[in-house]
Amino acid sequence: MIRLERVTKMYKTSTRPALDRVSVEVEKGEFVFLIGPSGSGKSTFLRLLLREDVPTRGSIFVTDLNVAKLPRRKVPRLRQKIGCVFQDFRLLNNKTVGGNVAFALEVIGKSPSTVRKVVPEVLELVGLSGKADRMPHELSGGEQQRVAIARAFVNRPLVLLADEPTGNLDPDTSQDIMLLLERINRTGTTVVMATHDHSIVDSMRRRVVELDMGRVVRDEARAVYGVGR
Amino acid sequence: MRTDFVLREVSTGLRRNVTMTVAMVLTTAISLLMVGTGLLAVKTIDATEALYSDRLEVRVALTQDVSTADADCTQPICAGLLSTLENSPLVDSVTYENQDQAYARFQELFAGQSVAELARPQSLPATLRVKLVEQNGSTEAGAAAVKQAMTDQVGVRTVIDQRDVVAKLFDFLGGVRNMTFALALVQAVAALMLISNTVQVSAYTRRTEVGVMRLVGATRWYTQLPFLVEAVITGVVGAVLAGVGLIVGKFAFIDSLLAGIAQNGVIPPVTLTDVITTSVYLVPIGALVAGVTGYITLRLYVKV
Repeated sequence: MIRLERVTKMYKTSTRPALDRVSVEVEKGEFVFLIGPSGSGKSTFLRLLLREDVPTRGSIFVTDLNVAKLPRRKVPRLRQKIGCVFQDFRLLNNKTVGGNVAFALEVIGKSPSTVRKVVPEVLELVGLSGKADRMPHELSGGEQQRVAIARAFVNRPLVLLADEPTGNLDPDTSQDIMLLLERINRTGTTVVMATHDHSIVDSMRRRVVELDMGRVVRDEARAVYGVGR
Repeated sequence: MRTDFVLREVSTGLRRNVTMTVAMVLTTAISLLMVGTGLLAVKTIDATEALYSDRLEVRVALTQDVSTADADCTQPICAGLLSTLENSPLVDSVTYENQDQAYARFQELFAGQSVAELARPQSLPATLRVKLVEQNGSTEAGAAAVKQAMTDQVGVRTVIDQRDVVAKLFDFLGGVRNMTFALALVQAVAALMLISNTVQVSAYTRRTEVGVMRLVGATRWYTQLPFLVEAVITGVVGAVLAGVGLIVGKFAFIDSLLAGIAQNGVIPPVTLTDVITTSVYLVPIGALVAGVTGYITLRLYVKV
């Protein structure tokens, strides 16, 4: 589903590569934690998958698409296969919950009838049925992140990328979000989640890819965050 | 493409930056108004030139003694000049205007003014009025030939080329035109920058939306079209205002300003048809300029 082959990313302003010969393969339906300290390359990793940036060397495949060589006009095709969730939710504050989710479908040209059918379904999946007409600021942080997840998932992406999705949430709410991501993972969606949260990684016991200074220092199935960290 | 979506985005965009939108519309309107004025000036100048080209003549004023002595150009000096002129291939026709006729025309020209009462037939010269043949669309060569042939001849006082007089009028009109275009240009640069700036501000205020659109895989068209449509709408509204301004301007200023000279046939009147035609041209110009500016801005400055 996702394959990185000796990917190196240099930024012009830095002498040290943000990613250094990283090779990782993620199978369809896997759940992978991407861990490591700040500046270890987690965000660069996710940015490259989304083709927000192109690698300096190496190649990246997401499904059948060669991401690094993808022409600009085909980038939307890639991004329609990838859902994205962030620490800061990135909801549109002038739209309702339902409007936020619908927006993701409208802008890729889905018909109004599809939107009317699919939005309530996905809101139910994330546990927000009945809150479609609320505004984002009326919701708790956990609920806002659910809206963000609903928006990321509404087009049924093959891959869900989550960048510190629990970073702004308390432990209990974080657990709820993790349960939701797990449920989404069980539908066959590949999930890659960058995180600092020890307890979450430890309790989930999933594959862990650890980055340090742009290198993969650990890639272990059913792992924990790590001793002494 | 979901039209309802684009239209909704456009209308929120325009309302969100309402002061900026108004400024953009007004600046566009003023610059297009000037472009329109310039175009009308060009049209009037062309029409005036055409109007005059077959009226203009070279006048050969005769000396006092010849003028007084000869009432019908039959005496040797005048007749000699007349035949020289008539034999030139560059001369179309020559008419003789004696002192009485000159006096009558003078009275008509300055009717009601004190000079008319002061003038006497004897003080006015008789003239040979020479109509020229056009060569390559101009009577330049003919005028030069007549001047050369007549100047300093016995019996000739002065040679007056009417085109010299009219040239001053054309210079003036040309100056008006150039000034209007120069102002229009400056104004247009301001309008372009304002459009570019508004598109940037618009994109900035909607950066979250645009960010989400890019992330979920919206195509360039979806992300850019609302901004382009906004720019084009303001361009069109500006052009329409400019057109209205031109029409109002015609009735409010041009008509009263040019009323006297236009009625006398000195210059052709600025017709409503001309004004409306020019106004109609401004609309696609406004739309195109705004659209292209918006597009270039998005390409260069805004990551959408």
